[in-house]
Amino acid sequence: MTSPALTSPAVELADGVVAVVKRDCPTCELVAPVLAELERRGVALTVYTQDDPAFPEGVTRLAHDEDLAVSYHHAIETVPTLLRVEAGQEVARTEGWSRPAWEQLTGIDGLGAGLPEHRPGCGSLSVDPTIADQLRVRFEGGILHARRLELASLEDEMEALFEREWTDGLPVVPPTEARVLRMLEGTHRAPDEIVAVVPPQLVPCTVEKVAINAVMAGCKPEYLPVVLAAVEAACTDTFNIHGLLCTTYFSGPLLIVNGPLAERIGMASGHNVLGQGNRANSTIGRALQLVIRNVGGGRPGRHGIDRSAFGAPSKVGWAISENEADLPAGWVPMSVEAGHPAGTDTVALFAGHGPSAVVDQLSRTAEDLIGAFVRKVSANLDLFFARRIDNMLLVIGPEHGRVFAEDGWDKARIRAELNERVFAQIGKPAPAPRWDGPAIVYAGGDAGLFSALIEGWVSGPTGSQMICHPIRTSA
Amino acid sequence: MTIVLDPTNEQRPVTRQRSERSAVIDGMTVGLLDISKPRGNVFLDRLQELLEDRGFGVKRYAKPTFTKPAPADLRHQISQECNLVIEALAD
Repeated sequence: MTSPALTSPAVELADGVVAVVKRDCPTCELVAPVLAELERRGVALTVYTQDDPAFPEGVTRLAHDEDLAVSYHHAIETVPTLLRVEAGQEVARTEGWSRPAWEQLTGIDGLGAGLPEHRPGCGSLSVDPTIADQLRVRFEGGILHARRLELASLEDEMEALFEREWTDGLPVVPPTEARVLRMLEGTHRAPDEIVAVVPPQLVPCTVEKVAINAVMAGCKPEYLPVVLAAVEAACTDTFNIHGLLCTTYFSGPLLIVNGPLAERIGMASGHNVLGQGNRANSTIGRALQLVIRNVGGGRPGRHGIDRSAFGAPSKVGWAISENEADLPAGWVPMSVEAGHPAGTDTVALFAGHGPSAVVDQLSRTAEDLIGAFVRKVSANLDLFFARRIDNMLLVIGPEHGRVFAEDGWDKARIRAELNERVFAQIGKPAPAPRWDGPAIVYAGGDAGLFSALIEGWVSGPTGSQMICHPIRTSA
Repeated sequence: MTIVLDPTNEQRPVTRQRSERSAVIDGMTVGLLDISKPRGNVFLDRLQELLEDRGFGVKRYAKPTFTKPAPADLRHQISQECNLVIEALAD
């Protein structure tokens, strides 16, 4: 174990003109005489050199930026970069060689006689992709507070993480400091901000811990806001991840993402939407489950508190998005039905498990097609003797959606007709309409007259209620 | 050599001192906690009969739902009113 790195303080620049150069740059070689000329003509010049400490000649105040701290903290992307500094603050900057820009910045005319007017610079060593990650860890690693574990040189990284019981049975990406810092770029939230108190051990969980588990799950940084929102939503009394985790029943959290973010991060809502093959779908739900496992302490098995008798393949992690782009005319996204303004990025959580097929390849009217849904839902109505319909979720595929939409049925109409018929069969009045009774998601491939019913766990206030939670993408 | 960040909560469980066990339990008040699973009451009803036959005072409690931890107030109430507690955990 090593102690957390200390963040190096930003290096203060001397007033006057500051140049950052490296010898391994033809443009820097070209302007070396100009730098010497500036000093001769009375400019208060400081030059930082990234590689050769003797370069350039003819400059008195020459410093070797050997650890690249100056370059990193002052965000130097190109060499040469020329800065004007007043009272310790940068007030002007120019990159590469440009006679007019250099003359304006230094206030000296007639610079670099015989040189071309312009010459683009070269990449700064501090943004060299082979060392940029190391620099970020060196200079920003101090913002990370998690314990560091040094894996022995003979340990296989993947095996080491299995042995520490940090995985769900599949390999995880080793959460190195560089990867976690990169992950944190996916959010504006501070690494030490508390996201939620995670059951079963009721542990306050920071953005940093979520980011570590998101790295392990295989997420990209742009998925992190969804994972953070999912952790927040899961740990509410409404969704009750505590009970869901501890039950002997099958279910786990299914995440449904709505809003423009889903498409921006490449989530699938079409073919094989409930299956494998899409990175965002496969890793976002997994990240939530790893947070519950690693931070909350909710592990399956003999020594864990997850005592599901059977579990379900979906408990590895399950996330989908709704196909908002192709919604039939008059249909609204699930998030809008749940009360959010159109265009809001949301993640909804449903306590459910494997899909059960709703098959009807013959019906050509909504009136006929609803029968297949009634039969399917009725068969599940007696789960837990509760006779509730809000522990089911319907994923309606495009071909079924088309049949409903051609007869003018939208989601609300489908839900109302379904409830009326299902409850009439058992001689009970239909419950008051609610967006989650049952929730309806439009998704799936465009060929196949199928839909899916996702069975859920105990619903209502005694169990888990569906929750549709906004995703924070700005500070 | 690879350095990785710990994904766990890094906490060690607190070891709590168990309250002292009495060699004699005669005359103690026993709390029976129903977690609200189906048929938990059948088991607890029978236990209550057996305990009362043997001269124990019995108090009954129930969690609002089996899916969530017992509310702190209920746990406190049980600790104040009883010497022993028996929980019917499953259906």
